[in-house]
Amino acid sequence: MILSGAEIIIRCLQEEKIEHVFGYPGGSVLHIYDELFKQDQIKHILVRHEQAAVHAADAYSRSSDRVGVAMVTSGPGVTNAVTGIATAHSDSVPLVVLCGQVGAAYIGQDAFQECDTVGITRPCAKHNFLVKDVKDLAITLKKAFHIATTGRPGPVVVDLPKDITADKCEFAYPAAVAMRSYNPVTKGHLGQIKKAVQLLLEARRPLFYIGGGVVLSNAAEKLTELARRLGFPVTHTLMGLGGYPANDRQSLGMLGMHGTYEANMAMHHADVILTVGARFDDRVIGNVEHFCAAPRRIIHIDIDPSSISKRVKADVPIVGNAPDVLEEMLKLLDEGLAPTIELSGWWRQIEDWRAKDGLKYRQGERIMPQFVVEKLYEVTGGDAFVTSDVGQHQMFAAQHYKFDKPRRWINSGGLGTMGVGLPYAMGVSFANPEATVACITGEGSIQMCIQELSTCKQFELPIKIVNLNNGMLGMVRQWQEMFYSKRYSQSYVTSLPDFVRLAEAYGHVGMKIEKPEDVRPALEKAFTQYKDRLVFMDFIIDSTANVFPMVATGKGLTEMILADDM
Amino acid sequence: MRHIISILLENEAGALSHVAGLFSARGYNIETLTVAPTEDASLSRMTIVTRGSDEVLEQITKQLNKLVDVVKVVDLSESAHVERELMLIKVRAIGKDREEMKRMSDIFRGRILDVTDSTYVIELTGTSAKLDSFINALDTGLILETARTGVSGIGRSDRILKI
Repeated sequence: MILSGAEIIIRCLQEEKIEHVFGYPGGSVLHIYDELFKQDQIKHILVRHEQAAVHAADAYSRSSDRVGVAMVTSGPGVTNAVTGIATAHSDSVPLVVLCGQVGAAYIGQDAFQECDTVGITRPCAKHNFLVKDVKDLAITLKKAFHIATTGRPGPVVVDLPKDITADKCEFAYPAAVAMRSYNPVTKGHLGQIKKAVQLLLEARRPLFYIGGGVVLSNAAEKLTELARRLGFPVTHTLMGLGGYPANDRQSLGMLGMHGTYEANMAMHHADVILTVGARFDDRVIGNVEHFCAAPRRIIHIDIDPSSISKRVKADVPIVGNAPDVLEEMLKLLDEGLAPTIELSGWWRQIEDWRAKDGLKYRQGERIMPQFVVEKLYEVTGGDAFVTSDVGQHQMFAAQHYKFDKPRRWINSGGLGTMGVGLPYAMGVSFANPEATVACITGEGSIQMCIQELSTCKQFELPIKIVNLNNGMLGMVRQWQEMFYSKRYSQSYVTSLPDFVRLAEAYGHVGMKIEKPEDVRPALEKAFTQYKDRLVFMDFIIDSTANVFPMVATGKGLTEMILADDM
Repeated sequence: MRHIISILLENEAGALSHVAGLFSARGYNIETLTVAPTEDASLSRMTIVTRGSDEVLEQITKQLNKLVDVVKVVDLSESAHVERELMLIKVRAIGKDREEMKRMSDIFRGRILDVTDSTYVIELTGTSAKLDSFINALDTGLILETARTGVSGIGRSDRILKI
């Protein structure tokens, strides 16, 4: 069948069972938008800024394990999308980003709305393609979806010159794609897995250290089974929240710069660490030299070989897909391997650390941000999808909303992109139309993508925005307070909008909450009376609240600053 | 430690910049880089000379393997190999220097490719160290221009980089 390039693109998306495309039209993608218009299998979500299109597609994927698709026009459409692409790349989220480009004959001529898309996106995408012939279009899109979703997932950019979308050729969508240069390992090495299990069984102070890879690879179930059978403690990275039930006694909560006291102490003192889908990030282990000072054995499971022994040398590296590797480990336990070491001493030690309650905070006359998160947890029964922006509120959310299920906590961990919260909530809502979706944000972050309130109205998304408003760029202020002798350079936000009226102007419900006793009633009202509406809750919080525990940059994990120290 | 990394990659637009971009983005250094298609025109072979500790080299190899266009990567310097670099050097050849230049070229087994009244173009092949010593052996005032290809290398005996 002879089809135009634009028709081929739509057909490829249909073949990939894509239901939603987040995008923004423009000159170079008009042919594609015209074909989109002629069909109804794929729903297009018109955002208000290209950055939000990519963020929404990103959260769509994170919250559903389906690939996200975004479409933008050439030039500024692409450059606006770059933050979204880099954000997804940092957190290994499978996306296909379709970018319009000027006609092939105009490339390199500094044409209107031309930019070097493959050049700009090269370092911030898993891979990118420039399609130069309509005959390559179908196979390139097939490759794009294949690369995005296999191995360590990531965003793939496809640059589509306008003339290619008009050219015609015979269309056949390839059922499979084979690439000699791209064959990610999935099966872990059995010998290494045996060695790992042996090491775990001999451990005196074992710890599971799990990251976003557990969530992304759908390994949470297997990991939970393994942890329970061994009775070992589990700590999560920011991205690993939900990979193991947070309410379980074996969970020590998040570790790292703002991790719990027990998690950081256990990480430092463990003698055998099973690392799954995590990467010993600087925000997680602090100073490498301090971390590596304690003798320990590290087992590291990751699908990406370059994540292993990058910052911390692994003793037992296992390259493979986490659920498969964990399955092999469970089989070895089935065959009779069992722990012989008594762990009660280690657990007693952990409980002592836990008793220190590093997350405690003082409730005063003003609303504490932690309190709002706790009440949100109660009101939503712990069952909401929670997106966040970046800053203090993100850490409060990670510390106080206990995620028992994977893919419920959606935030920008690697790149730390302010502004993702609202578009993330949109993506989650489209992927999970019946779900409760809350966006925990701050008055700084929310303004970076505030225009999406309009998209939310167009599609009637019942998102609940929890704005922890302290009138300050809180995390910046916290660092300035602690490390810059309280010189609050540019961290005070003046001329804030009246968020209630702003929400109302967009056609939503706005609420302003200023007293601790009003927090729960406001949340209840939002989730019951305004269940089907977007509600913007502007919580005026205590602006002196800081995130503790805290490991300062360059310090080791045991050198935590606790609230009591201040 | 100096390493010679040989890479087979898809002979496609953008493949070279993916590799070069990786080195600059991650702060790895490149001393020399050469690239050309192999006997299979769909594949290019690239040789990169870099320096770094074992840990850095492990990361470089892993990161290269992660690039979608890269088919295979070997560190040639891990075992027996031969390496060669080619240099074209234009020198002043007048008066007493004319004979001296011819003699130096012979000593280093160079070939004179172009002759004018006042200049020679000498072709010299060898390890980078040999080319360096040739340059060092000449009076710098006599060197008019040099063009070096960068190192190309291949494993000895039956160590073969092929798909």
